[in-house]
Amino acid sequence: MFKRLDDTGATLAFTVDGKPVRACAGDTVASALLAAGIGHCRTTPVSGAPRAPYCLMGACFDCLVTIDGVGNRQGCLVPVREGMKVETQEGKREVGR
Amino acid sequence: MAGKEFDVAVVGGGLVGAATSWGLAREGLRVALLDEGDRAVRASRGNFALVWVQSKGLGLAPYANWSVRSSNAWRSFADLLKQETGVDVSFQRPGGLHLALSERELEARVDYLKRLHAQPGIVEYQTEILDHDEVAKIEPDIGPEVVGASYCPLDGHVNSLRLFRTLHAAINARGVTYLPSHRVENIMREGGEFRLMTTQGEVRAGRIALAAGNANMQLAPMVGLEAPMKPERGQVFVTERVRPFLHHPMNGARQTDEGTVMIGDSKEEGTDPAELKIGISATTAERAIRRFPLLANVNVVRAWSAIRVMTKDGFPIYDESETHPGAFVLCCHSGVTLAANHALTVAPMIARGALDKALVGPFSARRFHVQEAG
Repeated sequence: MFKRLDDTGATLAFTVDGKPVRACAGDTVASALLAAGIGHCRTTPVSGAPRAPYCLMGACFDCLVTIDGVGNRQGCLVPVREGMKVETQEGKREVGR
Repeated sequence: MAGKEFDVAVVGGGLVGAATSWGLAREGLRVALLDEGDRAVRASRGNFALVWVQSKGLGLAPYANWSVRSSNAWRSFADLLKQETGVDVSFQRPGGLHLALSERELEARVDYLKRLHAQPGIVEYQTEILDHDEVAKIEPDIGPEVVGASYCPLDGHVNSLRLFRTLHAAINARGVTYLPSHRVENIMREGGEFRLMTTQGEVRAGRIALAAGNANMQLAPMVGLEAPMKPERGQVFVTERVRPFLHHPMNGARQTDEGTVMIGDSKEEGTDPAELKIGISATTAERAIRRFPLLANVNVVRAWSAIRVMTKDGFPIYDESETHPGAFVLCCHSGVTLAANHALTVAPMIARGALDKALVGPFSARRFHVQEAG
């Protein structure tokens, strides 16, 4: 759905739920998920409705994902790093991750 | 509002006033509930939501008995509220834990409970001291520093914001006249009825019940009553929603039905509800993490301070005026724990026109005179 305006930059490899995904250097996790066409990154703790990155500026908290084992991180505020492990979330976060 | 007549005017729209109004309406009385506006300092919106028994009543055994009575009445109180409003206030009574982080804290706990239960006249109820392993069996995520806990099966908790909203829905459904922004400035008794002068005119009623929390201190003397109060500040913070991992309400920590974890048990002097002391939050957080190390990387989403309604000796006050018959005062710290008693026991007494001395006689404010004279 989303198309990059400029895809000539260096690429990074990371994983989403264990599957390899490519990102451009400088992508946030949220924008990399959108660019990779991943439909939703979590379901809500209350109704279980699917959510995807929305505001991309730290305000809406819809892009919450587990990054390198830490739950409920705001994907739009974290730049992708080589080898990063991103996991989508179902409902409430589990303490300890 | 002038000339409009009510059987009872309840002053104060927090948990105590709302529970009492609901109970009075259930008795068939025409009730007016006079409240302040949205900016009122309201303990009912800042409390910790415990229905708590195990630490109540050292120094006044009837307070322990009163707390046990309310805890035991809470299930049917919650069921009645659900019947009338369709809302479940999530009352749960899995028993509560008071965790100790050192042998000294545990010994203090043992000593406290021993003295509490040795008092003449106290009802028998179960409390037990658990060691680390016994606590770990029922709360597997405790940290290694938890040396033990006291456990009482009568302790529970509730969703207290939902309780507050539900009580207001219930009184509305029962035809109670709710009058917000009617701060009471003066009360007179004239021609067999009470005239309450408010910021929005006068309200008249045959009886009055003062349930205005710490403000009862100013209101009670207007009708020959007294309510010596000593307000206290507390700070609370709340985490993001996480999957259920705490199974019991505890002193200073509980996981709500919605998944958030509430943390906080500070007691401070001061009456500024807007002030947040970061040092106190830091100490509270540090202790919470020692109890439950998994909390270390959970995000805090909100923090607040609130003013505890507290009588001078910490015990409730229920009294009726000798000089102004028909005037009652209700003061207590535990508006959540005692909500069932206020709705189902105290309100019917007020409806009958006299407090039942056998049940609430020990809570008369006359006790303060004995202490001052002694």
